[in-house]
Amino acid sequence: MADLTADIATGSAPGRLTTADGKPLKAALAAAESHARRRAFFLVLPLLLFVLITFIFPIVQMLHQSIYNPGFTLHRDVGTGVKTPIMINVRNWFDENERGSDPDESAYAALHKDFLLLDELRAAGSVGTRINYDMSGTRSLFTKTARRADKLTPPFQEGFLAIDKDWSDPEVWAVMRGASSAYTANFYLAAVDLTRDVKGDVVSVDDNRALYVKLFGRTLFLSLLITFLTFILAFPVAHLLATLPLRYSNLLMIFVLLPFWTSLLVRTTSWMVLLQSQGVINDALVAGSLIEDESRIQMMYNQTGTVIAMTHILLPFMILPLYSVMRTIKPVYVRAARSLGATSWTAFRRIYFPQTVPGIGAGALLVFILAVGYYITPALVGGADGQLISNLIAFHMTNSLNWSLAAALASLLLVGILILYWLYDRLIGIDNLKLG
Amino acid sequence: MKTRSILLATVFGTAATMAFADAHTAKEITVMSWGGAYSKSQLEAYEKPFAEKTGIKVNSVVADNPATPIKAQVEAGNVTIDVVDVEYADALRLCDDGLLEILDPAILADGADGSAAMDDFLPGAVTDCFVATIVFSTMYAFDETKFPENPPSKIEDFFDVAGFPGKRGMRKTAKVNLEMALMADGVAPDEVYDILETDEGVDRAFAKLETIKNDVVWWEAGAQPPQLLADGEVAMTTAYNGRIFGATVSEGKPFKSIFDGQVYEYDGYAIPKGAPNLEAALEFVTFSTQTQQLADQAKYISYGPARKSSGPLVGLFEDGKTEMGPFMPTAEANLVKALPSNTEFWADRNTDLNERFNAWLAQ
Amino acid sequence: MVVSAAGERAFVEYDHVQKSYDGETLVVKDLNLSIGKGEFLTMLGPSGSGKTTCLMMLAGFETATHGEIRLDGREINNIPPHKRGIGMVFQNYALFPHMTIAENLAFPLEVRKMDKTERETKVQRALDMVEMGSFGGRRPSQLSGGQQQRVALARALVFEPSLVLMDEPLGALDKQLRETMQFEIKHIADNLGITVVYVTHDQTEALTMSDRVAVFEDGRIQQLAAPDELYEQPCNSFVAQFIGENNTLEGVVESIHGGVALVKLDSGDLIDTVPVNVNRAGERTRVSIRPERVETDATRLGPDAHTLKAEVLEFIYMGDTFRTRLRVAGTDDFIVKTRNAPDRARLQPGQTIDIGWMPEDCRALDA
Ligand SMILES: Nc1ncnc2c1ncn2[C@@H]1O[C@H](COP(=O)(O)OP(=O)(O)OP(=O)(O)O)[C@@H](O)[C@H]1O
Ligand SMILES: [Mg+2]
Repeated sequence: MADLTADIATGSAPGRLTTADGKPLKAALAAAESHARRRAFFLVLPLLLFVLITFIFPIVQMLHQSIYNPGFTLHRDVGTGVKTPIMINVRNWFDENERGSDPDESAYAALHKDFLLLDELRAAGSVGTRINYDMSGTRSLFTKTARRADKLTPPFQEGFLAIDKDWSDPEVWAVMRGASSAYTANFYLAAVDLTRDVKGDVVSVDDNRALYVKLFGRTLFLSLLITFLTFILAFPVAHLLATLPLRYSNLLMIFVLLPFWTSLLVRTTSWMVLLQSQGVINDALVAGSLIEDESRIQMMYNQTGTVIAMTHILLPFMILPLYSVMRTIKPVYVRAARSLGATSWTAFRRIYFPQTVPGIGAGALLVFILAVGYYITPALVGGADGQLISNLIAFHMTNSLNWSLAAALASLLLVGILILYWLYDRLIGIDNLKLG
Repeated sequence: MKTRSILLATVFGTAATMAFADAHTAKEITVMSWGGAYSKSQLEAYEKPFAEKTGIKVNSVVADNPATPIKAQVEAGNVTIDVVDVEYADALRLCDDGLLEILDPAILADGADGSAAMDDFLPGAVTDCFVATIVFSTMYAFDETKFPENPPSKIEDFFDVAGFPGKRGMRKTAKVNLEMALMADGVAPDEVYDILETDEGVDRAFAKLETIKNDVVWWEAGAQPPQLLADGEVAMTTAYNGRIFGATVSEGKPFKSIFDGQVYEYDGYAIPKGAPNLEAALEFVTFSTQTQQLADQAKYISYGPARKSSGPLVGLFEDGKTEMGPFMPTAEANLVKALPSNTEFWADRNTDLNERFNAWLAQ
Repeated sequence: MVVSAAGERAFVEYDHVQKSYDGETLVVKDLNLSIGKGEFLTMLGPSGSGKTTCLMMLAGFETATHGEIRLDGREINNIPPHKRGIGMVFQNYALFPHMTIAENLAFPLEVRKMDKTERETKVQRALDMVEMGSFGGRRPSQLSGGQQQRVALARALVFEPSLVLMDEPLGALDKQLRETMQFEIKHIADNLGITVVYVTHDQTEALTMSDRVAVFEDGRIQQLAAPDELYEQPCNSFVAQFIGENNTLEGVVESIHGGVALVKLDSGDLIDTVPVNVNRAGERTRVSIRPERVETDATRLGPDAHTLKAEVLEFIYMGDTFRTRLRVAGTDDFIVKTRNAPDRARLQPGQTIDIGWMPEDCRALDA
């Protein structure tokens, strides 16, 4: 017996352990379990596929889109789906001539050939759009040139300059060179207010265009603030819920859940009704002569509005995990602490509160992550300075149609959240997370 | 113009897809537009008479901005829409990207007064892929009860918060705002884009906007401005002229529209590439863009017809007593200080200027 | 330790205490109880009889609706729990799950602002006392039930309270562990000389550990007495029934005189009994006899003994004892316990025998 345990403990000679019919024990165990494992795998297969298709795949696609934009290299005909490589000649010229060389006649000739193809494919717009991302005001340069390309005759340099003198601008060429590889980090640079200058060096953008770093910062700050506020508000509510007699707590629970049953838009709009300068709160304050009619408080279309409305909307996401944790904390712990000589405050601080930490962590993580990605509410009540990064992502998705930049911003957001998640795991432990 | 919620669009979209299933047998086409009073005007002026005349049924679906679903549909190769109503700038962009069918101008009917089609349409109203039906304008309107004594009348007044106190509503985008800012700063309409081409010009426009920045409530959907005015949230706001017309004439709101410094633009029909009923779609576009149809539409909404020959035919609003003329962006009196939006400029500079605009907003 | 004799000042006193949770029913009805210093008093009773409520009022977690509770002569009704200085062991131990064992024990010392070194020695001493000296660094969840129990005990004692309350502390343990722990608790309590108020609904536990037992039923103390008295001289049929095993025969009192009540059983038999709470002839009564006081071998009985005919229904061999179920005077569940000895016959079911008992073991109680 002593030998046997020694073997198991060290694992030095597993071959010596066998089943009754002489098979090695480990192999027998593996065989017995593999069947069960296979069955389990087939059971979860549909779910796995679902997750893969609806979750992993879009994220991978998004990450890919943030570094891949073939606008300058490949054209896909939407009618037929045929893909045609474009701008081949000028890309060849870039390969043969190093960065910084001035475009010569051969460069313009290459460009001309490419433009003939663009005109045929009606692809000038998408190429122009791609270049326009990196250098504003160039889209029409491409569409205009494509329209007239078939009338150009050598020498092409003059012809191009006659169409638009911008064709001699070294920046146009530098940007084209940059775009001639479909893979680029430029969108990430743009997402952190950086850009490339003519020489290809990374520099920060003009002060009056710096936006995203500030917005990431603001998103982080507002989300933390909202998380903190929801925590402050949710804690007593959750405590009441957990300790009140059932018939009162059920009623209270309905109030907590009520917002879930009303549309987000309705809730946001209700806040607009309350907060606007001719709204209920201001009216009440004026009626109570607390403020002058002329000096109504601006609580909406600014950060205050975003914070108030989002705190309210995200409150249940803090209350519910807190409640589910608090419900499992038996009152006997606090009693025990009191009997051991702790005042009710000490008992709360040292005994009750620490046990709610998993709920706080879960609620905070949930609220924070939701807040970071929130979009509709800040869009409606945020005005100018209450916008979050997600509003800009939406802007690039639906408005400027710069999906690569949107993807880069979203990826940065995702990375930020993952880092946070990792920190949480390190500090509190993800296995302590209790969502319900 | 962006009235309906996405949900509505989805519901209608699904309905449209189902309708499409038997579109080949029964003659039907599906037209996508912006909803609200605007869709209604198209139903009355184009779709009903078209169905009567040809026997082709018209299914009407709506979207927030039809250009967005069209782009998605064409790129996915699953087009269910035959005719789409889009803004001029969107049409140019979609066309450049090869997402729209090329339209032969020959399909367009000559004017009722006998003028050739291409002469009859306003300049630039017909492009490779697009036929304009209306001219809509972004102008500003104010609440008359807020300014009983000395009402604003010029674009300068909109930017004069000291003289005309109260919050301002503006669309949260660079387009139109920059032009209006320059006009308010004394730039003549025909110089606006020349100045805006330069960095100094852009700085100048932003500097002008800066003077009222703290008093601005920013709107995004076309339905918001009349609401902001009605709620008393703003004293004046820029808006699409048809929206203010609707609130004033139909709902009796005390709003007054100021066309001084307006920026007008085309909106009209295009056919998505791969439309399932191309023949019927072309027929519909030809029919709808006739002189009489364009004039009829103006009976229901205060957007100007894109044909010169339709102008004289525009009569009374559907209530039978309101003269439409003065409410049209294209009315003589409203064009004194007016700026046609330069679509090419915005196709080029939209990204850039909005970047700057967003950064400016966030400051 | 012995009962607080009259005159000796009581350490804990319940004085006409009543308690109602809902304002409609009294859960505790007029409780009067004094507990002497160093006494081990157990509250015993069926579920819902108000034991925990009484304990919680003493600890300060419930307020008495009426009456006074005094601790060491001082009224404590309005003193908050943390100022009462009472140690407490809860049924499920209530060890703080987020603290180690040592931290759990240090907690009461910390809140008393004791300095660190003193704290550590006291914690170690308390842990050693319950033989858990090497477990200080573990978390409660890493201990077995019995070990948690010991820690809970150590924690309730570490700040040296003079009164410790325990509410079914052994409820969650298995039988064997329970018996060990009963012994240990009693041992420690005696050694430290502390006063213990102990709640249980396990009568063996109550009998083995306590100096005195208060039997609760329906919010009242039915009997307050030392274990032997409680067992041998139950003062009413509830106590007789509740404590230990008991045979009941029903009948009517024929006469009472000279400390003997003559009872006519419903079967017609007449027996002599000790009158406990019957007062006059004609009253119905339940006569109680302990199973081990009944003799199945009539020859072993003295001359004063009563004898009755009985039919053997069942005979169970239990190792150290035999357990026989009989039909006696019309009842089918009359139990007799006999010690297993070589000279004892094993009865056969169906057999008819004479059984008997001494009249002083036979108590006439309320019906
Ligand atoms: N917080 C409370 N609110 C209302 N009624 C209560 C409360 N606590 C106890 N009761 C009622 O008071 C009565 C006595 O309860 P108590 O807990 O004192 O019984 P117990 O003797 O300790 O029972 P057990 O042996 O089951 O623990 C019971 O009927 C119970 O339902
Ligand atoms: Mg109890």
